[in-house]
Amino acid sequence: MFVFTKKAKLFAGALTLVGLVMMVIGFNTGGHELDSHDGHATEMHAMDAHAEEAHADHSKEDHSEEAHPEAAHAEHAEEAHADHEEGHGGHEDHGAANRPWAAFMVNTIFFLGIGIGTLFFLAIQYAAQAGWSAGILRVMEAVALFVSIPLLGMLFLAITGSMDLHHIWHWMQDGIMDPTSPNYDSIIAGKEAYLNDTFFTLRTVAYLIIWGGAAYLLRRNSLKEDALPEGQTIFFTQRKLAAIFIVLYAVTSSTSAWDWIMSIDTHWFSTLFGWYTFAGMFVTALTVLNVLVMFLRVQNYLPWVNDNHQHDLSKFMFAFSVFWTYLWFSQYMLIWYSNIPEETPYYLARFGEFKPLFITMLVLNFFMPVLVLMSRDSKRIMGFIMLAAVFVLAGHWMDHYIMIMPGSVGYHYGFGWVEIGGFLFYAGLFLYVVQRNLAAAPLRLKNHALIHESKLFHQ
Amino acid sequence: MAHTEHTPVVRALYLDDDVVLDAVKDLRGKGIKVKEVYSPFPIHGLDKAMGLKETRIAMAAFMYGLIGLSVAILITSYMMNIDWPQNIGGKPSMTWGKNMPAFVPIIFELTVFFAAHLMVWTFLIINKLYPGAAPQNPDPRTTDHHFMIEVAAGDGVVDALKATGAIEIAEA
Repeated sequence: MFVFTKKAKLFAGALTLVGLVMMVIGFNTGGHELDSHDGHATEMHAMDAHAEEAHADHSKEDHSEEAHPEAAHAEHAEEAHADHEEGHGGHEDHGAANRPWAAFMVNTIFFLGIGIGTLFFLAIQYAAQAGWSAGILRVMEAVALFVSIPLLGMLFLAITGSMDLHHIWHWMQDGIMDPTSPNYDSIIAGKEAYLNDTFFTLRTVAYLIIWGGAAYLLRRNSLKEDALPEGQTIFFTQRKLAAIFIVLYAVTSSTSAWDWIMSIDTHWFSTLFGWYTFAGMFVTALTVLNVLVMFLRVQNYLPWVNDNHQHDLSKFMFAFSVFWTYLWFSQYMLIWYSNIPEETPYYLARFGEFKPLFITMLVLNFFMPVLVLMSRDSKRIMGFIMLAAVFVLAGHWMDHYIMIMPGSVGYHYGFGWVEIGGFLFYAGLFLYVVQRNLAAAPLRLKNHALIHESKLFHQ
Repeated sequence: MAHTEHTPVVRALYLDDDVVLDAVKDLRGKGIKVKEVYSPFPIHGLDKAMGLKETRIAMAAFMYGLIGLSVAILITSYMMNIDWPQNIGGKPSMTWGKNMPAFVPIIFELTVFFAAHLMVWTFLIINKLYPGAAPQNPDPRTTDHHFMIEVAAGDGVVDALKATGAIEIAEA
């Protein structure tokens, strides 16, 4: 039985609190304090006013965009840059006002990935009737239950976005779908049936219900199973539940990626985007799970888990790092090769302003885990796993950053109060919730049909 | 899986893989050297029980992969940039670096091709399984439903083998 010590509680609580304070500072200063860009927005209303100005400017740029289709978001950034130097800061402020919100969203998506990836992994174990993993299902449950918290964060962002408090999703701007408005954008207006405030918020609620609900039900049944004299019937209930969730997740994983992340670059689209996002989230989750299992083993909480289980988790980490790279490259190469004006802007920004981050992210997410975890031995040595885990987690945080920032903040990106504070806030919550869940039930399932197989597992 | 014809050996036949695994552990525990085990299929954990040295084929595969990577880089740059440069897809830069994304699939495939093929050939040659090699297996039944343990001959070896559940013991 895991013990959630007072010290650990205090640490997690303190992290959350420090993160929260940093975020409050960040939101009140427009997130500019720690970097060289000076912000004008000092409070929410001011930010809004600036954002309105930005809309006016934005519409002009949209017209120029129609005239020269190859100039798009990347050039927005360039133009904004030029504007800044000339002293017209309209578009600049639009990005600046979004900055703390977008930074919060980067962290929300990052931790959401940990939760939903683990939930998906948990569901796979049941659907595939996997034997090896039965001994670590409780760890997965503890992490999967966390998924609701970043989902609430996303719901918060969706609602505040609908209220025009920020414009991470710039299709949420007033009048952008109204032909009579100076702000009108015909391409975005064409997407109105899918991208509108009500449906968007409803979809976010649906994800919260489906994902949070699946995590809750899987956990509830698993606890119920412990109380039974024998566990076979619930094993099959769990299997059905997992299968249903996987089908729903197949759809919602893609749609959620379109909604939350792809719609930031509203004109742009990629059919691979859902999988690409999912791959990043899944490998993040597997890495966190691997590290968590390792920590629990070091503290002797999981005597029935041995190097073979750890080896399998590391294999997953390795494999899905490669899988992520495969999807990243597939998306990139097709766009690079066909060179169509409506597709390339996405990478213009990422190979322009964001190039150093972009290249670092690729190295961290592909070359480092591949080289560190390639050999069989290193998949079983904790030092190597930790090293790879640090690379992968840092890399995927940056990947999410690069997915979200160019479209929402543009030139005005940086690492300030909210980027760091948001991370600490969620990290604290994650540690608190996961440890609380771990302590709430025995770490070994009592009646799981395959628990013995898991104990005997070796390779 | 070296030849063992020169030193006298005792060969014991078994009917079950679990029995073989236990027998190997038992014999090695008694200090008897298990020279070889013949089985119609891989037995899980047998390599550890026999105390076999770890294979170095992984390192070889990595090297072969690097060779494949280099070959792919060389042939793409020679074919596409040096020997017959063409403007494909509006990308006339003719430098390897700028056209690299188009070559990644080739680089990937050749890396895998070299690593996989050379690794298999290495494995077959090391184990003397190339065409024309003299058969290693002393008893064809071990390719079907029997298992065989081969130990160095010595005092008390036959009794020890009997005790482990061998159904047939032959000295050679």
